[in-house]
Amino acid sequence: MEIPKSFLGYKRENGRAGTRNHVIILPVDDISNACAEAVANNIKGTIALPHSYGRLQFGADLELHFKTMIGTAKNPNVAAAIIIGIEPKWTKRIVDEVAKTGKPVEGFSIEGAGDIETIMKASKKAQEFSIWASEKQREECPISDLWISVKCGESDTTSGLASNPTVGNLMDKLEPLGVHLCFGETSELTGAETVCEKRGKSPEAQEKFKKTWNDYNDFILKEATDDLSESQPTAGNIAGGLTTIEEKAFGNFQKIGSRQFIDVLTPAEEPEKGPGLYFMDTSSAAAECVTLQAAGGFNIHLFPTGQGNIIGNPIEPVIKLTANPLTAVNMSEHIDCDVSKILSREMNLSQAGDELIKTTLRVANGRLTCAEALGHKEFVMTKLYRSA
Amino acid sequence: MATDIIIHDEKDNVGVVVIEKITPKQDCSCWVMENDKTVNIQSADEIPLGHKIAMTDLNKGDTIIKYGHDIGKVVKSIKKGEHVHVHNVKTKKW
Repeated sequence: MEIPKSFLGYKRENGRAGTRNHVIILPVDDISNACAEAVANNIKGTIALPHSYGRLQFGADLELHFKTMIGTAKNPNVAAAIIIGIEPKWTKRIVDEVAKTGKPVEGFSIEGAGDIETIMKASKKAQEFSIWASEKQREECPISDLWISVKCGESDTTSGLASNPTVGNLMDKLEPLGVHLCFGETSELTGAETVCEKRGKSPEAQEKFKKTWNDYNDFILKEATDDLSESQPTAGNIAGGLTTIEEKAFGNFQKIGSRQFIDVLTPAEEPEKGPGLYFMDTSSAAAECVTLQAAGGFNIHLFPTGQGNIIGNPIEPVIKLTANPLTAVNMSEHIDCDVSKILSREMNLSQAGDELIKTTLRVANGRLTCAEALGHKEFVMTKLYRSA
Repeated sequence: MATDIIIHDEKDNVGVVVIEKITPKQDCSCWVMENDKTVNIQSADEIPLGHKIAMTDLNKGDTIIKYGHDIGKVVKSIKKGEHVHVHNVKTKKW
């Protein structure tokens, strides 16, 4: 198959391109959710991104919170952003960073004004942003404007056999065209960590990966009451035939095909070394991982599943594929790309990779994913430790 | 020929069932992905889609190889054709 060289995206002020054109109402903290949701309810064409944190966090945990907030609003799938927080200082910190992209952004703080006055003021601005964004047109963008993140979930042995290698096949075909790629899931590489480390393109990348994985493993050994056998693999994984974390890890690892990663990113960090594959240190919990990748600037997500994970994200479209023929039928409303014919040898990996590329480009051009049509908007902060 | 079981790598000592289930004493066709060869095996157990079958006899302490890599240790001996899962294999990690 000849791979199309372009897609129809939204060109942004900073040179990036979006696959979506969202106007977001972003609460800085948990107690500003009600206000943000009221604004999104008032003004059509906007979405609120409620979440559970943002108060009394400190140190690295607070910095990650800011990085996630700022990165989410900076993502090219976001046309404009309203930031609402209880206090002006933290709100302003986010607004100032997002403004550097050149996109419309305005902040509101509730303290001293109350919800109702804030909702009124923020709604007026949100209406202005929504109408402005509605005139944005999709334009031809080079395929290299795609920043593709990947993460699998509710995996079973069909994931390692077929759906994850399908993603790997897509990576092998698209990386030469200059796309950015990102995989994560530090915990789910356990068992394959030394093999993964060798995929680092440079000694620095390998060393960084090794340190990241070791830090994670030390944390597990320190916090775990017994071991992770109850959560890795999950009950769903075991039902699907996965026996050990090592088996899950080698299946997971198939997603990067034969690629090498050029750098290791901290959670929500934006890549700065140009096109190619990056590893991001993330949790393996689906919504946390995709939220961090979206905050890193990735604008389209591929999600292979075996037993049928249903996750979506508010700003980054999440494309599901499965090779499990039962899941493809029983959970068809969640599956954008069915590659189960690989198992019956009616389809080879390269054909499956081509199908996934076609689906990815259709979604990049505006086709709703199953998760978007179903209203999945999981936006979940990664919390490093408890608040003060 | 229809494939009942897929084996990733020639070195693997387990295969994965890719039909809805296999039944005891079923003659199964196995496709080895790495070299595109076909081998046959008779199952000893009922094994559902996605679950593993032992391609050889395995003793307690042996290593399970899948994707050509170590994915855990045998904790209860397994006969060729039997179901391989959490009841007879454990992680080496924790």
